[in-house]
Amino acid sequence: MIGSTTNILIVGVGGQGTLLASRVLAQAAVELGHDVKVSEIHGMAQRGGSVVSQVRYGSKVFSPIIKMGEADVIMAFEKLEAARYLPFLSKNGLIVINTEKIDPLPVMSGETRYPERLEEKIAEIIPKTAVLDATSIAEECGSPRAANIVLVGLVGRALGMPREFLAEAVQFLVPEKAIEINLKALTEGWNYLDNLPIKITRE
Amino acid sequence: MKRLMIGNQAIARGAYEAGVTVATAYPGTPSTEIVDDFSKYQGVYAEWSPNEKVALEVGFGASLGGARTLVAMKHVGVNVAADPLYTLSYTGVNGGLVLISADDPGMHSSQNEQDNRGYGRFAKLLVIEPSDSQEALDFTKEAFALSEKFDSPVMLRVTTRLCHSQSLVQEGEITKMPLKEYRKNEAKYVMLPGFARLRHVEVEKRMAGLREYVETSPLNRIEWGDRKVGIITSGVTYQYIKEIMPQVSVLKLGTVNPLPKQMIREFAGQVERLYVIEELEPVIEEQLKAWGLEVIGKSILPCTGEYSPELLEEKLLNVEPAVGYQLAEPIPPRPPLLCPGCPHRGVFYVLKRKRLIVTGDIGCYTLGALKPLAAMDSTLCMGASIGTALGMEKARGPEMARKTVAVIGDSTFIHSGITPLIDTVYNQGNTTVLILDNGTTAMTGHQDHPATGHTIQKTETAQLNLEGLVRAIGIKRVRQVDPLKIGELEKALDEELAFEGPSVILARRPCALIDKSTETSLIIDEEKCKSCKLCVKLGCTGIYWLEDKKKARINPDLCRGCGLCAEVCKFDAVVEGGAV
Repeated sequence: MIGSTTNILIVGVGGQGTLLASRVLAQAAVELGHDVKVSEIHGMAQRGGSVVSQVRYGSKVFSPIIKMGEADVIMAFEKLEAARYLPFLSKNGLIVINTEKIDPLPVMSGETRYPERLEEKIAEIIPKTAVLDATSIAEECGSPRAANIVLVGLVGRALGMPREFLAEAVQFLVPEKAIEINLKALTEGWNYLDNLPIKITRE
Repeated sequence: MKRLMIGNQAIARGAYEAGVTVATAYPGTPSTEIVDDFSKYQGVYAEWSPNEKVALEVGFGASLGGARTLVAMKHVGVNVAADPLYTLSYTGVNGGLVLISADDPGMHSSQNEQDNRGYGRFAKLLVIEPSDSQEALDFTKEAFALSEKFDSPVMLRVTTRLCHSQSLVQEGEITKMPLKEYRKNEAKYVMLPGFARLRHVEVEKRMAGLREYVETSPLNRIEWGDRKVGIITSGVTYQYIKEIMPQVSVLKLGTVNPLPKQMIREFAGQVERLYVIEELEPVIEEQLKAWGLEVIGKSILPCTGEYSPELLEEKLLNVEPAVGYQLAEPIPPRPPLLCPGCPHRGVFYVLKRKRLIVTGDIGCYTLGALKPLAAMDSTLCMGASIGTALGMEKARGPEMARKTVAVIGDSTFIHSGITPLIDTVYNQGNTTVLILDNGTTAMTGHQDHPATGHTIQKTETAQLNLEGLVRAIGIKRVRQVDPLKIGELEKALDEELAFEGPSVILARRPCALIDKSTETSLIIDEEKCKSCKLCVKLGCTGIYWLEDKKKARINPDLCRGCGLCAEVCKFDAVVEGGAV
């Protein structure tokens, strides 16, 4: 029944490329023969606000949105956004955190402070926490903007998606001139899983 | 092979498959992608109209001319188009005409969350509602056939969650629809009272026909399950119900106006407890109650906001939401804000500093109402800023005009700011109007408009001259400023506010997301920085505050080099990158 649905919550700051990440994962899931639903945010929230997109796949998917406590994976493009969406992570779920830090308005203006050691605090309560500097990894691949695809490589592998399916989805969705950089980023993300001290690949 | 599509893309595809050759729209979230996508098909005409009323009128003409026609807008756009819509219901159509109303429960990107199924009831239209992208395609296609069959515009009502969710779609064959013959028929298309009275009778006949049709329409279906609970629902909430209560009996409505009364009665008679699950207004529930049916709906569910599986579980099944994890400390909110390099930032900085009363409008610049700039007093609807300023002056006297500014974007001004400006001239107002001309319809994703010189299909076209237009209206004082040159803007404001009579300031600079010509980052010389935080108070994501050092710093990845922070800095601490 619905227990077989995989839920991925992708969170970040408007403009970080969360939409493309969700579309690549969704496309790979389609190629794997799943029923797929994706919920996106367009419009006002994209102007630097907190954004979330949601990918669900399985034999039959009804709702395009994920319930609290039911995300198998949270893929966070920014640390504060990782913390904000923790209520959506399932027990035994995986959270992948890009170490990027973008101050929200109340912090920029000094009204409040950006919480310290966020990734450490999250790792203390969530056994499956993966922290990486995807932006720097992407920069080495040729563009910091490919950080989203670094994360896709890691998460896709953790979810047991074959690498060639992810690569095909990248080729399908990324503009021609950026394909090479993004495929490199995908590989780096994929390989990063080997560096992690925790075993998170799906059984 | 099935493809992933957002609902809007599927609607565009459905229209194309139905043989639509004319599509019109004014951009508005969550509807924008519909006609944007449609415009990319070969051999079709699509346009960004100046506003939704014009879009529907052009749509009426295209239908009259015999073409199948798609008209798309956001929910509040239908208010603008309501005048032609109500009478279009009387004239009926020649080529099929489908109006997409994209509602926004939860107000992801809107000023209200009105429920446009109400328009269907008042204007006496068939309203159909899909629940995923496949249905969005199929229902759109069917809507054109129904529009022609019942000689009526049909409303396809969708919501944000449908418009912007992707699901799998099987594309179908493309029908080539020959143009229907155009025949003059004044009794049908000229709505003089004498003709309109006869047409109203036809409308009522049509409603009777539609009431009969919906009873057996393939757009409605019953999915029998456990008969203890029966749920009547439509749209994306159907998906939530299937998710959380897969065992119950469901009457899934595809036609939400008129309702299949007999079908609903029979369904109600076979279940022990009947629920109507509908976002926003109790449109279905109230009709069922009027028929004497016992039904549970808004007594347990809200009329406000967007529904979610959690909410329905909580209200229908008494299940508390299962919170996964939580940190003990509070997480600061992250509201949307003006982009780094945005030309609007300079305007609101100056307006705030001058403590002016600002009547605002709809666009990215509505974000100028939020902290730290917080320089806006009102925002009602598209085009309202200018009339509001005039009204305040008329209530409080001409002195009011010396401290009030109406702020409106270029696309919004063309949409519905022109007539209130005529009113200001005609009725001797003294308003100073700031047109924030960034050369695009920015908030919805940079659509062209009559003053950009390009059509939706990117062909070159006549470019509306805003300055000439404003002068033709009778505004004698029109001037242009760069909104990031604070001194220039302040001087212009001082002079125009002091001037007795109406004036227009065109604050011109391209949207920072389009103009990438100033891509050099600035930096802050920490020796010179006196920790005054003036730059931080601009609310630019490119500048942040180092609490430990008590200094401001610029994030080179985000800074666009617009120079506004250098303008406000009194200590010349903001310098070009590499100079420190």
